[in-house]
Amino acid sequence: MNAPVLPAGGGCRTAPVLKERGQREVFCGLTGIIWLHRKMQDAFFLVVGSRTCAHLLQSAAGVMIFAEPRFGTAILEETDLAGMADAHTELDREVDRLLARRPDIRQLFLVGSCPSEVIKLDLHRAAERLSVRHAPHVRVLNYSGSGIETTFTQGEDACLAAMVPVLAETQARELLVVGALPDVVEDQMLSLLAALGVGPVRLLPARRIDATTGVGPNTVFALTQPFLGDTHAALERRGARHIPAPFPFGEEGTTAWLSAIAAEFGVDAATFAAVTDAPRARARKAVEQASTALSGKSVFFFPDSQLEIPLARFLTRECGMTAIEVGSPYIHDALHGPDLDLLPAGPQISEGQDVERQLDRARAARPDLTVCGLGLANPLEAEGLSTKWAIELVFTPVHFYEQAGDLAGLFSRPLRRKSLLHLEAAE
Amino acid sequence: MKLTVWTYEGPPHVGAMRVATAMRGLHYVLHAPQGDTYADLLFTMIERRNHRPPVTYTTFQARDLGSDTATLFKDACASAVARFQPQAIIVGASCTAELIQDDPGGLSEALGLDIPVIPLELPSYQRKENFGADETFYQIVKALAKETPRTARPTCNILGPTALGFRHRDDVEELTGLLSDLGIGVNVVAPLGASPADIVRLPAAHFNVLLSPETGETAARWLEKTYGQPFTKVVPIGVGATRDFIAEVGDITGLPMKIDESRLRLPWWSRSVDSTYLTGKRVFIFGDGTHVAAHARIARDEMGFEVVGMGCYNREMARPVRALAKQYGLEALITDDYLAVEAEIERLAPEMILGTQMERHIGKRLGIPCAVISAPVHVQDYPARYSPQVGYEGANVIFDTLVHPLVMGLEEHLLTMFREDFEFHDAAGASHHGAAAVRPAPQPEEQAPTSSGGSVVIWLADAEKELRKIPFFVRGKARRNTEVFAQGKGLQEISIDTLYEAKAHYAR
Ligand code: SF4
Repeated sequence: MNAPVLPAGGGCRTAPVLKERGQREVFCGLTGIIWLHRKMQDAFFLVVGSRTCAHLLQSAAGVMIFAEPRFGTAILEETDLAGMADAHTELDREVDRLLARRPDIRQLFLVGSCPSEVIKLDLHRAAERLSVRHAPHVRVLNYSGSGIETTFTQGEDACLAAMVPVLAETQARELLVVGALPDVVEDQMLSLLAALGVGPVRLLPARRIDATTGVGPNTVFALTQPFLGDTHAALERRGARHIPAPFPFGEEGTTAWLSAIAAEFGVDAATFAAVTDAPRARARKAVEQASTALSGKSVFFFPDSQLEIPLARFLTRECGMTAIEVGSPYIHDALHGPDLDLLPAGPQISEGQDVERQLDRARAARPDLTVCGLGLANPLEAEGLSTKWAIELVFTPVHFYEQAGDLAGLFSRPLRRKSLLHLEAAE
Repeated sequence: MKLTVWTYEGPPHVGAMRVATAMRGLHYVLHAPQGDTYADLLFTMIERRNHRPPVTYTTFQARDLGSDTATLFKDACASAVARFQPQAIIVGASCTAELIQDDPGGLSEALGLDIPVIPLELPSYQRKENFGADETFYQIVKALAKETPRTARPTCNILGPTALGFRHRDDVEELTGLLSDLGIGVNVVAPLGASPADIVRLPAAHFNVLLSPETGETAARWLEKTYGQPFTKVVPIGVGATRDFIAEVGDITGLPMKIDESRLRLPWWSRSVDSTYLTGKRVFIFGDGTHVAAHARIARDEMGFEVVGMGCYNREMARPVRALAKQYGLEALITDDYLAVEAEIERLAPEMILGTQMERHIGKRLGIPCAVISAPVHVQDYPARYSPQVGYEGANVIFDTLVHPLVMGLEEHLLTMFREDFEFHDAAGASHHGAAAVRPAPQPEEQAPTSSGGSVVIWLADAEKELRKIPFFVRGKARRNTEVFAQGKGLQEISIDTLYEAKAHYAR
């Protein structure tokens, strides 16, 4: 009844994938700290890295958040590289200082970087040691956000995956919703699920450490972000079961996502309709208005956040666009399969990157809209291609019904803008 | 190990990128993991460049580490040369690649390329961005410059402007015009806009103008030693410095220096009566050493401000800035820890800050107006309009820059007279700013008793109330002066009388 209609000409799930292993133009996983530290209000993210790592965080944040942010970089210096024992003592000292200054911090993440990994600084051991030292007030965990291990949004995946083993064991039948969402969107989602009668609902990450998020064999979980492959695996190892679904972008994606959960919890059709009909209609109308500039236009995705496949599905099915290439840093069938099923056959699906070759393809295809990273956007604009910088898609509330119109608007704004500017002489 | 949140400078390879991106026909092959490609956005987003920086990153991953990152580097290097056809390449490692010790210099040499290959050794765990730029430019000059006959007419090179430099684009234009008025041609500007072929003919100039010591001094010294080209020591930012610079050029060239000053407006703007209100404004100056030194002189001698503190974040400039501060009766703050800068500003409670994007944020937090005078800066400090810092037009631009954040002359009096007016109260800020442009400090005045310098002075309630009637832009100064005055008199408490006695004491 609510199942989306499969494309007549077939989907992309079995389409051949162009696998590239060349140079990448993508952020590393440290970037996730920018939104994770806002989401978890009692957490601090301590990167153990270099001046480059600190500079990346500062630059990726765009504007500095000058209320003292809950992240920082312990910059390795020449002396730390000399002997390992030294680095651990130094780390302990910095952590002691930090926690003394910030008594509000309850969870500390030691975040590994390329330098800390290359010198094999064992942050797992450090986290265990520091956990004992600062128990019970502070829990210390570690994960890698390094560029040699993770791209961009994989940092959030690594962070959440690191939290899974320490979640309390529960036998309760609960829905666990996984993925950091802006608070306003999370609240909308929770009220939709409550109205459907689905519950209890737990969140990962929770806003605070004391939240009662547990996991066990009766847990079923839904992902709100398409980049949580490791977290997915970690939850399955704890016995939880994944509810596969397209991701909740746009009216159709949101409905499909909710209906997969509704089916799991035995929600009847009438209730589902009563809860979703009005927001569905609103979302459809909003998308329709925001997407007039998109209809009939072509789009080309550079790999960035792993949101590319679900977003291509949204743009092609709800906004009337055609996809030329859909690049994703990684493709997991368990996560991306349902969206690939719905994405009409045609576009080149590519995984990984060889940036120069991909630029050649984009230039040859001259798409109406190119979705790419910050480093590529202005240069492509200068070549006459309209662009949407991908990072905005992870920093802006775009999930679920009430944001569906905003999501279409993010893509249509560059095109509308182009049509608004008239700089030639009047003649 | 040192905990850092915000940094004034990036790592040294970002300095190398500033040089590479400034130049034409040069390519940088950087052994680095994928995340390091963030640095592209500094140029394409913050500086709004319409080209990608000419940088190829090897983007090695963990799985490559055990096997063959060296081959990866060689492949990246060969394909970058084939694709971009540069006249020369620079090769180097970022912080991570420095640890795996692949030796980009040796590897690229082994490729047998038919263009110059310039290896860079930039110690990522010791040095920073400005060093990286200075060293990279020096290595390029050293590798490429060739003995060339001097030009027939007097010419100079302009050295030091880079990509992401503070107003370098416009400074080059203004300086070129100034030199042309003096009858001196510009042989090469470098690195900004220069190709490797241009670098070859640097020695044709009679002397060098060092626009940015932070990024060009080592090259200038080497050219002086190797090709006998003297270089200018004065950076012509401000009226006095521009006049000194012209005199210095006269000394170097032996030419008569005649210059038309009719475009110079700062002196009259500063003398005209409306500017009386600028008198003795207490300013704190922080940034790179060159801009701080220039602005200290402008602030004191050309604007009539009182410099209450100064410092720089680049250690390379510590010595000259320390010496300069001494001349102002101050001790320089040399640090790259913005928290230390913030604490110093809080302590000094200046009426205005001249600083970088960091001080802009600090000023916002403390309710102190700030003018941005030095890198690092945000996108809004790369203006579309022409706004040089050097020369006469630079002085005009700086006058406007320093006055803009302040409350203007008569407005200051009106605020004092009508401070009870609900729409015209001090928290509304200066009329030419948006509603929220200047906010009063987050009420430090509520926390009596105040402790300064060890002893505790208590503000009595009515004195505290009176203090709050003083407009926000002088309140910090009044509070501080009164406390210092009270301590000097050995008083434990501040009453309304103490406040006014202090006011009389400090009257000028
Ligand atoms: S790629 Fe590695 S070295 Fe570069 S910023 Fe990311 S973690 Fe740090």
